[in-house]
Amino acid sequence: MSNYSEESILNFLGPYKGDGSTILRSLQLVQDLLGYVPDSALDIIAKNSNVSRAEVYGVFTFYSDFRSTPPAKVVVKVCVAEACQASGNASLISELHDKGYDIHKGNIKDDIQMEQTFCLGNCALGPAAMVNGAPIGRATCERIFAATSAVTA
Amino acid sequence: MTKVFVSMDSAALSMGANEVAQAISDHAAKSGLDVTVVRNGSRGMLWLEPLVEVETEAGRIGYANVSADQISELIAAGFLSGAPHDSCLGLVEELDFLKNQTRITFARVGVTDPLSLVDYESHGGLKGLRNAIAMTPAKIVAEVTESGLRGRGGAGFPAGIKWNTVLNTESDQKYICCNADEGDSGTFADRMLMEGDPFTLIEGMIIAGIAVGATEGLIYVRSEYPHAIDVLNQAIAIAKEHKILGGSVLGSGLEFNLEVRIGAGSYVCGEETAMLESLEGKRGMVRAKPPIPALVGLFGKPTVINNVMTLAAVPMILADGAASYQSFGVDRSRGTQVFQLAGNILRGGIVEFPFGITLGELVNTVGGGTHSGRPIKTIQIGGPLGAYLGQESFDVPMGYESLAEVGGMLGHGGLVVFDDTANMAKQARFAMEFCAEESCGKCTPCRIGSTRGVEVIDRIVAGENQAMNLELLEDLCEVMTDGSLCAMGGLTPLPVRSALKLFPADFGIKVEVK
Ligand SMILES: Cc1cc2nc3c(=O)[nH]c(=O)nc-3n(C[C@H](O)[C@H](O)[C@H](O)COP(=O)(O)O)c2cc1C
Ligand code: SF4
Ligand code: FES
Repeated sequence: MSNYSEESILNFLGPYKGDGSTILRSLQLVQDLLGYVPDSALDIIAKNSNVSRAEVYGVFTFYSDFRSTPPAKVVVKVCVAEACQASGNASLISELHDKGYDIHKGNIKDDIQMEQTFCLGNCALGPAAMVNGAPIGRATCERIFAATSAVTA
Repeated sequence: MTKVFVSMDSAALSMGANEVAQAISDHAAKSGLDVTVVRNGSRGMLWLEPLVEVETEAGRIGYANVSADQISELIAAGFLSGAPHDSCLGLVEELDFLKNQTRITFARVGVTDPLSLVDYESHGGLKGLRNAIAMTPAKIVAEVTESGLRGRGGAGFPAGIKWNTVLNTESDQKYICCNADEGDSGTFADRMLMEGDPFTLIEGMIIAGIAVGATEGLIYVRSEYPHAIDVLNQAIAIAKEHKILGGSVLGSGLEFNLEVRIGAGSYVCGEETAMLESLEGKRGMVRAKPPIPALVGLFGKPTVINNVMTLAAVPMILADGAASYQSFGVDRSRGTQVFQLAGNILRGGIVEFPFGITLGELVNTVGGGTHSGRPIKTIQIGGPLGAYLGQESFDVPMGYESLAEVGGMLGHGGLVVFDDTANMAKQARFAMEFCAEESCGKCTPCRIGSTRGVEVIDRIVAGENQAMNLELLEDLCEVMTDGSLCAMGGLTPLPVRSALKLFPADFGIKVEVK
């Protein structure tokens, strides 16, 4: 999905032209389209929204959702917040670590990226995880990898 | 035709509800059975999900923890006519867990099809809005004030007073912003309502708009809730199509438009002024108050900011009258609270009770104690900025003031239960770590203090110079409490101090804690 042109992005951002209040939504649109926000897109958004690149960069770096590099085919979010701690997420996290995934770093391995997140709103069925947007309750290593292989297969 | 209900709530999906619904449809089709699968919200008995309910003449019969590969067996056993089975719960609405609750805000969640307006209206929906249309704005605001409804997002500010300020502020444009950022760990009531009964939130926002003279509404939903966003967008489209939203709400000539905005992974954007910044497309930096958003809010215009639960209580108040809502609760905590039983708890999920139920009743009688079967060590109430409470607080009635008296905070009503294996030094450290991670960076006590806090706790646990480091931690907590602009830095000391006070042994403390 990395073959995009400035024109195609500008086209896409058309409705937001000249409006400084659309920086966040522009970044979200680009990430929806490409899976990440390439550096060059920051200039394009700045131009389109009629603000400085620094302003766009500031917004881009503030929010943890944004990526500067393409995501893996499967993105797994693992909750590290209190309710999931109380539900014993520590052993899940260490098992994932043993399989080569450090959720605190978010490294990519075999097309899978595992990242930590603070609460997925499934706090009564922890540990909670999400595989490409699909929720997993009472998550175990097996349940997570069953879901990832359904995507990679 | 047999009607079968399988929830489409995210929590149910996380346990395989989609697969179960599919399996039921597939088997029914294969066997030529006339079955309609309704995807409802969840009853809130999350430990029973996927819960399948079959409509019978006697009422809806439930089957708990159903899996897709069980369906052929269940059909053979006659579950489509409510036959007994190991997983059968009997009549769902007769279960103690549900029967003992007072469901007002959550009255329809888990009962109706979330995207059916017919269901919505036949279960009391739109009655509040119709009443509001026939009233003056001042009368609507008075009704909300008299109901005693207080903000459910954390601070507990009286909703009617906030609305009154916006009503009385002249402006060419006003906004209603719904705070659906729900970042607190242990909370999911907003999500369940948006997924399970979105029209209630929409109706509440329209009433707010009519009350204060705002024509534009925005719902700020966190990006971690893709399913809620999807359901909300569908519900808004349906409401537009039926002229409930748009240029003339229900033919009243009054305008109200509504749009969903999505967050981007930032806890502090749940703070109302950071949310406004984010809605304006900027970094979520907290604004100094005053001016309050009711006077100078979104794009500088008067703005009502309310939590999902606050706004969702409004239709019932307008439908049944302030007195009816006000009759529930204790002291200055009126109405019902939707509690979320989370963490290490046997019967986790959503319960709605009038204020005044005790903590012990909630976690033990209702929640059944821990999921692990071990003793409860502590409960964190009110999210990551809330205090840890121990067994000695089990008799405390739930309410804003009564919790404050024991050093706690109701927050958004989430209860996170920990068993005796929890290490409270770790929890205190995490509170500081979380603050460091999510601080907006505007003030030093929060931005730097939280990082220092992690280091000091580490030194205390390592047994280094404990007396001095404990004093340092106390100082730091004081500076954060007093010197932070918002509750992120200001309340982080709450979980830290309470953990230390209740469980000094977990910190390896050999000196006396003051
Ligand atoms: C760090 C921080 C995070 C917050 N997160 C939320 C949130 O996720 N949802 C919410 O409704 N209120 C949140 N609040 C409270 C809001 O600032 C505000 O009080 C609330 O949205 C007002 O609505 P209410 O009066 O209906 O409660 C947060 C406050 C702070 C300081
Ligand atoms: S206390 Fe923290 S989050 Fe709040 S304004 Fe200050 S730096 Fe920002
Ligand atoms: S704390 Fe993990 S899902 Fe809420």
